[in-house]
Amino acid sequence: MPKDGGIGASSKRREDVRFLTGAGNYTDDINIHGQAHVAFLRSDIAHGTINSVDTSAAQGMPGVVKIFTGADFEAVGGMPCGWQVTDKHGQPMQEPRHPILAHGKVRHVGEPIAAVVADTLEQARDAAEAIVLDIDELPAVVDMKAAVANNDVKVHDDLTSNLCYDWGFVEENKAATDEAFEKAAHVTTLELVNNRLVANPMEPRVAVGDYARGTDESTLYTTSQNPHVIRLLMGAFVLGIPEHKLRVVAPDVGGGFGTKIFHYQEEAFCTFAAKACNRAVKWTSSRSEAFMSDAHGRDHVTKIELALDGDNNFTAVRTETYANMGAYLSTFAPSIPTWLHGTLMAGNYKTPLIYVNVKAVFTNTVPVDAYRGAGRPEATFQLERVIDKAARELGVDPVELRRQNFITEFPYATPVAVEYDTGDYHATMDKVLELSDRDGFAARRAESEAKGKLRGFGINCFIEACGIAPSNLVGQLGARAGLYESATVRVNATGGLVVMTGSHSHGQGHETAFPQVIADMIGIDESMIEVVHGDTANTPMGMGTYGSRSIAVGGSAMVRATEKIIAKAKKIASHLLEASESDIELKDGAFSVAGTDKSVAWGDVTLAAYVPHNYPLEDIEPGLEETAFYDPSNFTYPAGAYTCEVEVDPATGEVTIERFASADDFGNVVNPMIVEGQVHGGIAQGIGQALLENCSYDENGQLLSASYMDYAMPRADNLPAMDHYVVDHSCQTPCTHNPLGVKGCGEAGAIGSPPTVINAIIDALQSGGHKVDHLDMPATPARVWAAMNT
Amino acid sequence: MYNFDVETPGTVADAVAAMGRDEAQALGGGQTLIPTLKQRLASPSVLVSLSRVAEMKGVCTGDDGRLCVGGATTHATVAREATQYPALAAMASHIGDPAVRNRGTIGGSLANNDPSACYPAAVLGSGATIVTNTREIAADDYFQGMFSTALEEGELITEVRFPIPEVANYQKFVQPASRFALVGVFVAKFADGVRVAVTGASEDGVFRWSEAEAALSSEFSASAVGGLAVSGDGMISDLHGTGAYRAHLVGVMTKRAVEAAA
Repeated sequence: MPKDGGIGASSKRREDVRFLTGAGNYTDDINIHGQAHVAFLRSDIAHGTINSVDTSAAQGMPGVVKIFTGADFEAVGGMPCGWQVTDKHGQPMQEPRHPILAHGKVRHVGEPIAAVVADTLEQARDAAEAIVLDIDELPAVVDMKAAVANNDVKVHDDLTSNLCYDWGFVEENKAATDEAFEKAAHVTTLELVNNRLVANPMEPRVAVGDYARGTDESTLYTTSQNPHVIRLLMGAFVLGIPEHKLRVVAPDVGGGFGTKIFHYQEEAFCTFAAKACNRAVKWTSSRSEAFMSDAHGRDHVTKIELALDGDNNFTAVRTETYANMGAYLSTFAPSIPTWLHGTLMAGNYKTPLIYVNVKAVFTNTVPVDAYRGAGRPEATFQLERVIDKAARELGVDPVELRRQNFITEFPYATPVAVEYDTGDYHATMDKVLELSDRDGFAARRAESEAKGKLRGFGINCFIEACGIAPSNLVGQLGARAGLYESATVRVNATGGLVVMTGSHSHGQGHETAFPQVIADMIGIDESMIEVVHGDTANTPMGMGTYGSRSIAVGGSAMVRATEKIIAKAKKIASHLLEASESDIELKDGAFSVAGTDKSVAWGDVTLAAYVPHNYPLEDIEPGLEETAFYDPSNFTYPAGAYTCEVEVDPATGEVTIERFASADDFGNVVNPMIVEGQVHGGIAQGIGQALLENCSYDENGQLLSASYMDYAMPRADNLPAMDHYVVDHSCQTPCTHNPLGVKGCGEAGAIGSPPTVINAIIDALQSGGHKVDHLDMPATPARVWAAMNT
Repeated sequence: MYNFDVETPGTVADAVAAMGRDEAQALGGGQTLIPTLKQRLASPSVLVSLSRVAEMKGVCTGDDGRLCVGGATTHATVAREATQYPALAAMASHIGDPAVRNRGTIGGSLANNDPSACYPAAVLGSGATIVTNTREIAADDYFQGMFSTALEEGELITEVRFPIPEVANYQKFVQPASRFALVGVFVAKFADGVRVAVTGASEDGVFRWSEAEAALSSEFSASAVGGLAVSGDGMISDLHGTGAYRAHLVGVMTKRAVEAAA
């Protein structure tokens, strides 16, 4: 029987009322009296030397307040990178300066060169068009292997090469891994591309800088997933504003998918310009600007090899990946292909030896950073594709090959530095095979073939590392930040309470799910609890939301703070009830004395805390407000098994997804409806990557897929009918190290689905006699048809 | 956008007069022009909106039995009201999305002549007549390559007259991002022969596939075109498909259109 509140209840998302009725407060809704608008003049070439930026004609145009160029920012810091990777020789990565406005050179299409602040946006645009640029175009480097092989064209003249780092992991395992390949009974090799993606949140990025001259305080309103991180990075490393003079507000945010984690030039610019102009300065990205300035995702070129013994046990995995950094290092870019990718290469399998090599490369393209899943989809895609290929080469059932190699005993220390606390991979496999009716597949295939279609069945398993992350561990790995989370629980006199969380909701539903947890802990109604997030002025220092970390880390901080609240409230109750504190029980919103009928309501205790007439003032302070910071002891390891059935039209190469089923193990689930929505959405994005989305540059560094006319987003009719779009989270092995036993669900769908789809397409093509081993994503009709006809 | 004036004439005569202004640009449903203006890629001094010209709107049957569609008629209206020509109505009902269909017009589509638009295939495939404020233009003379037509400066499409075929069908294989036609084929069978018009594929814009027309005119069946192929030379090659792929799809979509029509 479904619960009607608390943990496990599908409480309706309370924030949706305002989102769906136009009552949300997004950054673009913020307009400050007297604000000016900024238009950025962006590079339309990928690589060039800036000889001059002549603003003389633009200066006197109507409405122009001030025009900025790169020279105006020489005195401030560059955009900081939050993670330093050490290469296989023990050397730090190459880290180029990343200016707020291009200075000396432009390095990608879309890089801002100048900025016009004017009374109106149209005036700013008019003046930006009147700026005269003298730029000598240079050859661009776009292809990663060419960028590494050939040093003639360097993205950054002051670096030794286009190689950011050459990372080996685990370097000590390399020789043993190579030896295992020498001894292998069978080796399967696969070369593949993980396609570059544009995140495309529904709300484009917006920044509004404001400055109060009277108090010398700066405020930035921005579309961010982590306002405290922006405050720290921008204040300490870019503009030199102390945190107590800088407030960053990320109000309602309309989707992020990772691309709103990072600190962007436009944020620093608007904050800087507001002070320089003594006026609020606003920038709202157009969709065209978003394509060429939001950090992109994925973009790996990989060779993976899988070694098996004579009994089909995996004995070793070896990979070499080229990872595109773009022209500059975005905030967390170096960590994605390394610590969020290499550490996942064990997958669900007890492969004893793994060696991962990653070459991070600068190119004349938009910076690349985390996008939903961030490194883990890239790891899963290559591993699960090569396993599928191995099964085909060996003539064994891909399900059985996976099962045979599953990790079954926990905790399990992988050869790639992480320890899985818990899991049951056979359970999720059993569940997904049941949900997908694999036994009925042969009959469905026959039906498809009768219509002239090919039908394929794809299977995929995956593991994630979520709940990012133990601060001491990531510090050792090069993170320049802690990755704890925080919460302040403020109980009001009349018993209602507010949770001020360092997590940030940009669509996840925290305002609904977080109160469910506290409601259960205290035994009060969810409606008595409000969540506040997104403003550095009224929330404790927190690291924000990404990496499926909010409920696992932010939720845990909230639990810890609430435990402190309850402990103090029990002291108050024991005083009011004249009983020993150890005899006080909290249940259903009332404190009672064990074994008696004496009790006092939650509201009476909270009132006493703030009207302490009858109160143990000699023992405890008045008030009821507690803060907790929670630093996890390990990542969480959600895992799952997904299946997909596709039909391929051999006449056109068109692929349709007929059925999709997912069985996820997220540990405990707070709000099943929200979890299912997350998985549905994640799978949709994964199907988008597998079938539709592709960010494409030509050899000159021009962005070819620069609008929705050429960048294909998944739409409802690209997905299976809801009857056959099944998400399940009934297999639950609770996390062993956080108080809620939760693992996180935000990225699973996007991680698990791309290889599932491609495995299904390969199965379909093979069933039609086409000897196609692999297809790069997106598997567009043109690509599928070409693969069948070559 | 740059600044511009807007004229909203109520009659063809007033619209023609307004088009005489310096750097005037006719505005149909604005499905191409408005995004172009927003990107500052065009700077007309005056937009002449045709959406209030009542005599250019609506669907009716002419004395000669032809279907007459006013130049300012939206795709949604054609989809709903062109009941005597079901293949045309079906084609119109699959252009873009509801917002596009409620704004976009037949005249706007034909005047723009996007090489991937649907209407040019229907008009050429039907052998329709484009009526302007000054003359009548046969479809075979109207389409003159990508974004190029027989229209003179300031000339307005007031009506399009479609002869009604015995059977017809339009098959569109969509470009995955824009959902314009990657290849669209309109097949129409008349008493005196079959017309086959192809959009989306050629660098020269919409064209008639004469070999298929000849084959289908002697035998209207999918097998009649089974052995035919168009060349990939001169076909559009881009992110979404090579010329060879588009050429292949021309054959597939033609067969499917014949099967659906027969």
